[in-house]
Amino acid sequence: METTLAAQIVYQRPQSLTEAAMHYCPGCTHGIAHRLIAEVMDEMSIRERAIGVAPVGCSVFAYNYFDCDFVEAAHGRAPAMATGIKRLLPDRVVFTYQGDGDLASIGMGEIVHAAGRGENISVFFINNAIYGMTSGQMAPTTLPGQKTTSSPRGRDVETMGYPLRMAELLSNLDGAGYVVRRSLHDPKNIRMAKKAIRLAFETQLRGLGFSMVELLSTCSTNWGLSPLESLKWLEEHMIPYYPIGDFKVAEALKEIKV
Amino acid sequence: MAKELLKGNIAMAEAAIRAGLEGYFGYPITPQTELLEWMAERMPALGRAFLQAESEVAAINMLYGAACTGARVMTSSSSPGISLMMEGISYIAGTEVPVVIIDVVRGGPGLGNIAPSQGDYDQIVHGGGHGDYHPIVLAPASVQEAIDLVVLAFDLAEKYRTIVFVMADGNIGQMMEPAELPPMRPIKSEYPDWAVRGAMGRERRILSSIYIDPKDEEVTNYRLMQVWNQIQANEVRYREYFLDDAEYVVIGFGTAGRIALSAARMARAEGIKVGLLRPITLSPFPAPQIESLVSRVKGILVVEMNAGQMLNDVQKVVKGRVPVEFYGRMGGMVPFPDEILAEMRRMSQEVIPLDGDPRQRWMKRFAPVIHWNN
Repeated sequence: METTLAAQIVYQRPQSLTEAAMHYCPGCTHGIAHRLIAEVMDEMSIRERAIGVAPVGCSVFAYNYFDCDFVEAAHGRAPAMATGIKRLLPDRVVFTYQGDGDLASIGMGEIVHAAGRGENISVFFINNAIYGMTSGQMAPTTLPGQKTTSSPRGRDVETMGYPLRMAELLSNLDGAGYVVRRSLHDPKNIRMAKKAIRLAFETQLRGLGFSMVELLSTCSTNWGLSPLESLKWLEEHMIPYYPIGDFKVAEALKEIKV
Repeated sequence: MAKELLKGNIAMAEAAIRAGLEGYFGYPITPQTELLEWMAERMPALGRAFLQAESEVAAINMLYGAACTGARVMTSSSSPGISLMMEGISYIAGTEVPVVIIDVVRGGPGLGNIAPSQGDYDQIVHGGGHGDYHPIVLAPASVQEAIDLVVLAFDLAEKYRTIVFVMADGNIGQMMEPAELPPMRPIKSEYPDWAVRGAMGRERRILSSIYIDPKDEEVTNYRLMQVWNQIQANEVRYREYFLDDAEYVVIGFGTAGRIALSAARMARAEGIKVGLLRPITLSPFPAPQIESLVSRVKGILVVEMNAGQMLNDVQKVVKGRVPVEFYGRMGGMVPFPDEILAEMRRMSQEVIPLDGDPRQRWMKRFAPVIHWNN
C-alpha cells in the first residue's frame, strides 16, 4: 500500500518582507535582523498597523524590504520622527531601525529623550562597531584599538574616547520599559534576539514605554574579514565589551512567555 | 465672533487650533514662547498632540513624522531656532509633506537679542536648507492678519503639499490688539492618499526624500519647480495703499510696512504723493505688482528691519529703471514713522541716481544715526 505525504512548507519568506533582493554585503547580519523583525510582525499580526522609520546608514533602504508603511528619517532623527507619528497615531505600532552612527553619535539627543519620555516606540539598534555606508570610519561603538579608516592606527581612547554602551546607558532612564542586548553571531543567539524583538513590540502594545533591542552585528566588508571570521570576531571582541543581557525589563513583561 | 484684545503669539496659536490643528511640537524661545505655552494648555485639553521637544532639531523632526500621517501639524520658533530646524525643513520639502511653521523673528546674527527684527527674510525666503525648494512665506502686519494668515497657511500647505511659513516679527508676536478669531473647524476626517497611517487593507506607502538615482531626483526637482510655478501664478498676496496717484512708492512688509503706512499718511498730509505696497506673500514675491509700478512712479523706497534682504528682490524687478532707495533698522531696532517720513521728503526733493548701490548710500546716511556710544 502506497502512502503519500502532503508537502508541508516549513520555511518561507515572512509576509512582512517584500520580495525585493537585499543590497547588503555578503556576511552582513542586517538581513537576519530584518527577517527576525518581519517574522515577529507576522506572528503578532501587526504588519497592517506597523509604521517603520528607516535611518541613514547601510539600512537606509530598509523600507524596500519591509511590507509595511515606512518613512525615511534624517541621520539620527528617527526617534523624533517616530515620536511625531506615534503621538498622532497612538494605536499604530511604530518602530525605528538604526545603526550605531545614527543612534549613538549624531542621534544621541533624540534617542536619549525618546527613552526618557517613555515614548511608546520600539527601537532596533544595529551595533557593528563601525560606519558601514560611508565605508569604515570610527563609530561611537568602535572598540579600543580597533582600526578604522578614521582611526587608522586603532582607536586611541586618550584622544578618541571610549565606546558607548547604549543599552546600559538607556536602561537607566525611568521611561525605558524594555532594554536588552542580543547578538546575531550564531543560531542560539539569533533565537534569543527574535524573542527580544517580540518582547519589544509587546512592550509597545502594552504601553509600557520605550523599548530597544541592541543587536550586535557584523560588517565583514569594512572589518576586512571573511563572513566566518566576522562572526568569530564579534564573539571574541564585541561580546566582552558589550555583554549580552537584559538591562531593563518592566515588571509586567516578566510574565510573558514567548 | 466678537473682537477681543489678543496677544499675537496666543492669537496665532488659537487660530491654528481652530483651523483644525492635530499636532504641535515646539521648543521654548523668546519672543515666541507664549505660543508654545498656549498649545501646552489647549491641545491636551482637546485631546490633540502637544509635545515640548528637547531641541528645535527634534521638534522639526517630530513635525516631519507627524506630517507624514497627513494630519494638520505645526511648529513655531524664533530665528536661532529656525536656523536649527533647517535640516528638517529641507527634508520636509524633499518629501513633499505639508507643514506650517511660525517664525517670530528676533535680532541677530548669533544669539542676537529678543527684540523684533526681519533678519530671517533670506534664511526663509531664499532657502537656508540645502537643495532647491521654495516655501510659501506669509508676513502679517497686525494681530488680525496673523490670525487670518495662520488659517490660510494650513490650506495652502495642504493644497500644494508644501511648507508654509508665517514670518511674524517680534512685534506681531508680542503686541496686543483687538482681533477676531475664526470659528472652530472640525478635525479632518479623511486623510490624503499619500499619508502613512498603516497599510490596512492596502499597498504599503513610503515617504522619503531619497531619490538615489540622480535622474529620479532631477524629475522630483522639476516637479517641485512646476508646483512652485503654480504657486507663483496663483498665490501672490499684497496690500496696496494710496497707489493710484502715487509718485513715490514705499515697499515694506510686516511691522516695517505698517510703520511705513503711518509715514505715508504723514507724507500725504504734507502734499507728497506717496503710496505703499505691502507684500503679504514674501514668497511668492509680488514681482508683477512691482513691475507695474516701475513705469508709473518717480522712485521706490524699500523699508525693512534688516540690512536690505528684500531690497535685493525689489532691485531684481526694477533693474535700474527708476531710482530705488533703502532705509533699514537692524539688530532688533524698529524705525519710527518720522525716520521713514524724512526719507520720503528727501526722495521728493533730491535727485536720486539710477545707478549705484542704495545700500551703500543708506549706510552713509545712516552712520550718524546709530547709537555708537550706548
